[in-house]
Parts: sequence; C-alpha cells; structure tokens
Amino acid sequence: MLEALLDALRSQLVLLFMPAEFVVGVAQFLVTLWSFLVAVSNAFAAGLKSAPALLAPEPPGWGGNLLRGLMNSVYIAVGAYALGLAIGTAGAYGKLYGGPILRDLLEVYTTIVRGVPELILILLLYYAGGDLINRLLALLGQSPVDINGLVAGIAVLGIVQGAYSTEVLRGAILAIPQGQIEAARAFGMPPLLMMRRVTLPAMLPFAIPGLANLWLIATKDTALLAVVGSFSELTLETRQAAGATKAYFTFYLAAGGLYLALSLVSNVLIARIEAWSRRGMPAIAGGH
Amino acid sequence: MTAGASVLPATTSAANGAAEAIHVEDLHKKFGDLHVLKGVSISARDGGVVAIIGGSGSGKSTLLRCINCLENPTSGIIRVNGEEIRLKPDGRGGAMPADRRQIERIRSRLGMVFQSFNLWNHMTLMENVIEVPVHVLGVKRDEAIAAAETLLARVGLSEKRDVYPAFLSGGQQQRGAIARALAIQPRVMLFDEPTSALDPELVGEVLKVIADLAREGRTMVLVTHEMKFAREVASHVVFLANGIVEEEGPPEQIFGAPRSERLKQFIRNVGG
Repeated sequence: MLEALLDALRSQLVLLFMPAEFVVGVAQFLVTLWSFLVAVSNAFAAGLKSAPALLAPEPPGWGGNLLRGLMNSVYIAVGAYALGLAIGTAGAYGKLYGGPILRDLLEVYTTIVRGVPELILILLLYYAGGDLINRLLALLGQSPVDINGLVAGIAVLGIVQGAYSTEVLRGAILAIPQGQIEAARAFGMPPLLMMRRVTLPAMLPFAIPGLANLWLIATKDTALLAVVGSFSELTLETRQAAGATKAYFTFYLAAGGLYLALSLVSNVLIARIEAWSRRGMPAIAGGH
Repeated sequence: MTAGASVLPATTSAANGAAEAIHVEDLHKKFGDLHVLKGVSISARDGGVVAIIGGSGSGKSTLLRCINCLENPTSGIIRVNGEEIRLKPDGRGGAMPADRRQIERIRSRLGMVFQSFNLWNHMTLMENVIEVPVHVLGVKRDEAIAAAETLLARVGLSEKRDVYPAFLSGGQQQRGAIARALAIQPRVMLFDEPTSALDPELVGEVLKVIADLAREGRTMVLVTHEMKFAREVASHVVFLANGIVEEEGPPEQIFGAPRSERLKQFIRNVGG
C-alpha cells in the first residue's frame, strides 16, 4: 500500500516539475524555428537574386535543361496516356463482352495494378521487365539490348494507366442509355462500326471527368520515373540542376511551377473537349 | 380462335396476292422460366399494315423485337422478304442468329421505330438520318443528305435539321426517328409502341405521319395501344393474349365483331 502511495506521489512530483521543463523546451524550439526561418528566408532571398541567372535558358543557366525535361515529361505522359487509353478501351470491352477467362484475366490485371503502389510497379516493370526481355532474348540466342528509357517509361506508365482507364471506360459504357446501342443494332451496324460511331462517342461525356483525372495523374506520374534515372524527364533534370548548384529551393519551385502550368493548360483543353463531348446534352440547370 | 402453331393467318383482301414481307411461324420466346411467346405465327404482305394489339405483358413488343432478332427467339421460323433468318443454338436452350452478316443485312432493311425514340444523342437530327445510309449502306454523303432533307420536310422537321435530339420535344424526336427509319428505304417499317412515351398532346402529330405512310402503301408492323388508330390504318389486326394469337382478322371484324371473350373484354377495357 505504502509503496503504491509513494509511487503516486513521485509521479505527482514529476508532474509538478513538468511546467519548468516544458517552458524551457518551448523556448528552445522557438529559437530553433526562428533561426530556421531566418536561414530559409536568407536562402530564399539569395535564391531570388540568383534565380534569373540559374534559370536562364542558355548555359550556364539550367532553364534549357528544365524545359527539355518538361518536354520529355510531356512525351512520356502523352505516350503513356495513349497506350493507357488503348489498353483501357480493349480492357473495358473485354470485361463487358469477353468470355469468362478473358474477364478473369482482366480482373487480375486491374486488381493488381490498382492495388500495388505505382513506384513499386515502375521499379518492378522497369528492372524485372528489362531483365525478362533480355533473358528471353538470350534463350533465343540473341544478344541483350539496352531498354530505351523513353519506351520503357511509356510502357510502364501506360500499363498502369491502362488499368485505371479500363475501369473508367467500363463505367462510361455502362452509363450509355441502352436504347442508343439498341438502335445501332436494329439498323444493322457491324460491331466495329457501332463502337466507332455510337458506343465511344456516346460514352465520352461519362468518361471525360475520369479520363481528365487520369491525364493529370499521367503528367505527374512521369516524375516517378526519376527513381529509375535513365530518362531525363523534368524531375530528374531538376534534381541534377539542384544538386549541381545547391539551389534546391529555386529549382524545385521552378519544377513545381512547370508541372502546375502543364496542369492549367491541360484544364483549358479538357474543358473544351468536355463541352464538345456534351454537345448533344442540355446544360444542367445552374451549370454553364 | 386461331391460336397456336402452324396456323397461318388469313391475309387481308387488300394485300391478297402480294408477296410476303414478314413471315413468323411458331415463334417461342422464354425469359428464364417465363414463357412469353408460346407459338405465335403472323404474316405481313407487301403493302399491308399489321397492327399487333394486346394487354400489358401479352408479348406484343417481344414479338416485334424478335422479327429483327433484337430479342433472340427461343425457337421458331422468321422470314423477311422470303429469306429465312438462320438461327443456331445459343448454348442456353435458346437460339441466336447463326450468321452475323445476314442478320445485319436484314436489319439494315427493316426500319425500326422505338417507343423511346432512341435517336443518337451525340448526333444532330440530320446526322441521325444519314448515319445508316452513309455508314452501313454505303450511300454517298451528299446523296444521303439530299434524301434526308426530303424526309425531314415530310415529317415537318426541316428547320430542326441541325438540332440535337435532347433539344427536341418527344413528338419531334419520334418524327425524326421515323425519318431515320425511312432513310434506309426499308422494305418493312417496324413500330414498337411509337406513341406510348409521348405526352397526350403530342400523340396526334406522330400518328398523322404514320397514317400517311400507311396510305402510301408502306408495309408496316405496328405494336400499339391506340385502338382507334389501329382500326383506321391497319389492314390486319392481331390480338395477342398470354403469348398466343387469341384472335386476328381485318379491323372491322376485330373491333366490330370480336368473337373471343378475352378480346371482347380487352376492347371494353381500352374503350376501342
């Protein structure tokens, strides 16, 4: 009993002393924070002063590298997105109209790709995929090849995009009023013509929001390829520029601005495409 | 009472001697355990207007939709312009078209008009009307447009040619859908309750267009709830009840002197 009472008292005493320690701790923290903020603002001010020179498009400025990196990022994003749309269209049709085996295979594909972090998939597909291809080549008695960074980037991101596209497009096709498809059947449209003339344009308004998201994700997922380091897209270029000059703030801010600008330009285009895809639909009350 | 299989209906005097455009024989359709059509036979001769009437759930829409295999029949014989639709087992106890190209070719000459119009929403009215002629039948675009202009004028929609369906009234949409069906130069027009989805004040404008078509001697099969209309335009009326042809004959006989109890009661109920 006595022991327990003493223990309780001791813990009370500790509590009593806490405020003093706490005040000291807070003070120390504030001093540290202040010096950090001063350092940051100094760096920022220094960065601001030297930023024009660092970001100049001509060497020794790094702006040209960044812009080339942005262009490469756009290439990968466009390629991956197009590949993703192709896989997604085929995948959506396969899931909706395919046989049981095809449907199961597609289910495995979308589940795994959507369930594993993209970074893991990129590393896995890039290294293991390249290794696999070279092993196959070795089996066939061919010499190994160097996987082109651009092609590999497009393929890896395209496979990821394809899984999400499959689900977006499947949902959009299911949202088409059944009568639209039925009319196409009733007038004797062959399957491919029906897909091109009726199904795809009719599902577009339902798919655009999801597809727009996927495009924005594609532009930014290109940054993940920097971990592979074999293709000079924007993030890798930025890392190299920042590492060489130690002007991390300037370059990462600039890169962030470029990604943001790409998204803003995309949004303008997406809004136009969406308006066009909804040309046959009355505006929702209160909307535009 | 001429219910059941293999009893081919008598043709109307007007269409006597004309070639048979639609021939359906002993048609069965099951949806799972539900036996919707239990051996139905109908016939439409060139220039004839066959009206299919019957209560809700009598199978009349299913019968129409089996003619162009929008619904696959469970069994039976379907001939369009003398050509039999080749069917094969679908693996689930029913049948399905055996030859995709054949069914597509036959469908492209059957002008289907739906209860809910089903114009393609992403195309203007003009684009809707020329779609099948240009892309399925291979008509030149400018020829298709010229023909479509005539058809749209005929259904009173010339000014609406560049309007999207969603911006048209139900009656206008249905008249546009009739123009779309006429644009394929159909051998037979199929109407699936063309006025059932319309507001009452819009029914008249659509019926007037259909009546005009009947007067010019178009072959038509028409599923309808408009008894007065069926009596005016049809050359032959088929009364379906519980999946069989309960009674059929010329409209004067069906509406003026019905024989079966079911038909008598049906006509009393719908006020035909």
